[in-house]
Amino acid sequence: MTSITGLRDLRRRTVPPKYIPVLVTAGLFVAMFVAGGIRYDNFATGQIILNVFIDNAFLLVVAVGMTFVILTGGIDLSVGSVVALATMLSASLLKDGWPAYAVMALVLVIGAVLGLAMGAIIHYFEIQPFIVTLAGMFLARGLCYTISTESIPIENQTFTDIAQTRINLGGDLSVSPSAVIAVVVVLIAAYVLHYTRLGRNVYATGGSEQSALLMGLPVARTKIAVYTISGFCSALGGLLFAFYSLSGYGLSAVGMELDAIAAVVIGGTLLTGGSGFLLGTVLGVLVLGLIQTIISFEGTLSSWWTRIFIGLLLFVFILLQRVFSGGSRRRTP
Amino acid sequence: MTEHILRMSGITKTFPGVKALQDVNLAVRRGEIHAICGENGAGKSTLMKVLSGVYPHGQYEGEITFEGRRCEFGGIRDSERAGIVIIHQELALCPQLSIAENIYLGNERATRGVIDWNRTNYEAGELLKRVGLRENPTTTVADIGVGKQQLVEIAKALSKEVRLLILDEPTAALNDEDSAHLLDLLRGLRDEGITCVIISHKLNEVTAIADSVTILRDGRTIETLDMAADSVTEDRIISGMVGRALDNRFPPRTPAIGEEAFRIEDWTVYSPSQPGRKVVDGASLTLRRGEIVGLAGLMGAGRTELAMSVFGRTYGVHISGRIFKNGEPIEIRTVQDAIRHGVAYATEDRKRYGLNLIDDIKRNISAAWLKGLSRRGWVNEYEEYRVAQQFRASMNIKAPGVDSVVGKLSGGNQQKVVLSKWILTEPDVLILDEPTRGIDVGAKYEIYMIINRLAEQGKAVLVISSELPELLGLCDRIYTLSEGRVTGEVPREEATQERLMYLMTKGQE
Repeated sequence: MTSITGLRDLRRRTVPPKYIPVLVTAGLFVAMFVAGGIRYDNFATGQIILNVFIDNAFLLVVAVGMTFVILTGGIDLSVGSVVALATMLSASLLKDGWPAYAVMALVLVIGAVLGLAMGAIIHYFEIQPFIVTLAGMFLARGLCYTISTESIPIENQTFTDIAQTRINLGGDLSVSPSAVIAVVVVLIAAYVLHYTRLGRNVYATGGSEQSALLMGLPVARTKIAVYTISGFCSALGGLLFAFYSLSGYGLSAVGMELDAIAAVVIGGTLLTGGSGFLLGTVLGVLVLGLIQTIISFEGTLSSWWTRIFIGLLLFVFILLQRVFSGGSRRRTP
Repeated sequence: MTEHILRMSGITKTFPGVKALQDVNLAVRRGEIHAICGENGAGKSTLMKVLSGVYPHGQYEGEITFEGRRCEFGGIRDSERAGIVIIHQELALCPQLSIAENIYLGNERATRGVIDWNRTNYEAGELLKRVGLRENPTTTVADIGVGKQQLVEIAKALSKEVRLLILDEPTAALNDEDSAHLLDLLRGLRDEGITCVIISHKLNEVTAIADSVTILRDGRTIETLDMAADSVTEDRIISGMVGRALDNRFPPRTPAIGEEAFRIEDWTVYSPSQPGRKVVDGASLTLRRGEIVGLAGLMGAGRTELAMSVFGRTYGVHISGRIFKNGEPIEIRTVQDAIRHGVAYATEDRKRYGLNLIDDIKRNISAAWLKGLSRRGWVNEYEEYRVAQQFRASMNIKAPGVDSVVGKLSGGNQQKVVLSKWILTEPDVLILDEPTRGIDVGAKYEIYMIINRLAEQGKAVLVISSELPELLGLCDRIYTLSEGRVTGEVPREEATQERLMYLMTKGQE
């Protein structure tokens, strides 16, 4: 990797600094892929990357919602619990004989309403998002156990069909419907962030909430909207997780909020808000997924090494952000 | 000649691009109350920061002699050890702690590392008696008023064996009664042998309490007067404060003034942090089309508070008053309302309230007018880019492109971005709060040209500024504000710096 001073030079010369974290993540992803290809047989294939998408579709969707929240300078700790709640709700309602599509619709609505409620509390009572979403996290996790403390298998035909379908992309490549859904979500979200007023308001609110207020931007609506989006994405992520695991379990997705935050930060989004790209989040999820893949290829390493690498990567990226954003912020005339 | 407790000589302090202090001299006699007067930005606070070690030795040039010894303070701790204590305008108390805890913060009454609360509270009580504050030392600071908090600060200073007490605008936030009490207390301290340096905008207080006064202007010492020997009056101080030369730094303009465009009547705003204190008190203003109107006032007069409360109630509580646009009464409850009614407000603190520093020029320009640049929620990026390019050319924003990050621009160019943003909303009324603060001379001229151009287009412009020459050079009419009240309205022909300063420092009768 380039040294810090090298990156500083790079910033001065060519690329606008806001793209650099994304480019670094992209470079890291490519480097990992190439290294894996050299070290292991059968690694450097398209299917490896598609598998990363398939195995992490739910995380990707959750991280998209998280990106919106973090771009406004907030945080949403409830996402993992909402994922678990979505799987539990789906499994138990399907067991009671509800039609699959009604279950999906209901789960999505519940996720969005939970997010909406948290956003409203955060904005109107001026409480830190950390605390409000922490409460939401306990609430959603607790609700899972009121449904059942055991794992509930899903035997519904529609769900198992979706779980087993593979869409052939030609050659030997194929993806799951969940991966396709995740990619569609990413594309819509990227479009919203970059081409709509809502997207602009998200960046403006995160960049400087005070300024946004004095520019007449609807800060309240924006903040509530991002938590609603995050709640919706968590519920959708939960459905994808249900397709993936074909069960509902109150202990699933424990700590996923932290994976999502890690993916967003590794993707180059500033935790203080206002700067970052969805493409970065996608790359962040891919990097996390690829680390897991490499460790499983290695075979001898315990899966906890994934965490160690994620931890190290986070350190590196937070330092990078300091280098790029800190310099200009600290300076006063 | 009386002995001097403090001598500062040849003090020069430079910030990047600005000389805040230039060869300033200050000599304070033992046991006197010494006032420092000057306009906003004259360098008073900077001088006190040099003295108290906020700017440590080495960051300024010049010499400080205190109690006959040369001092090279490395920080506030050093200056406090020497016996110099500064009380800032924004009080430095922890609101959640008790009075006694605050007084001994960092200086705890402890035996072998364990705090002796009985001794703490007893000694704090003794100090409170000395400053004439009848409160229990265990009362939480947040529960007492600002006036009393000021006294706690002084008690804290006394606990540190203070020999030179510096007060920066001590009465700015106080009501008359508390101010009078504070001034009495300072006289009492003087009789006990504590020397005081007081920075104040309220000249009636200065003449009432000070033994001598040093006047600063543009970072230089103008003169030091002995109040008794020179029989100094408020007018005498004013003429020292404002003697700045007017040169032709202002583009020419022939005003074409039309009918009334905007009127504020009986506007009253209460402070959100200090219940019951009026920051703006029954202010009325009128702006006409094509007219540039000035609003002059010293720090704390309520200029920004007036503007921000008018602009969508972004400041203050219990706001009352009426607003008329073209003679019709209008309601402005939110910033969106203000924009819809054609009112724009460019803030004095553009870095914090006016710009998104980490975003680029075009998005900053379009931010307040996305409505006009989008259809059904989708932003027309091509149009946005075109508009931004147009402004870059017409406002002469010096940047590599409209994709440049605003935080990296110079102050003048940032201000042009702010103005572009508001001009894009096609306002009829523009309130420009300190439009040239922190901007170099060349860019100032450009900003003046832009303001003139706006007036020529028939817009009504209200310029808020603490620089009197700027108001005199730019405005057709100038209102003065003092302690939240409009104290005068002076047409251009009759306006002089002395006249304005007199009105700006006029206290309540």
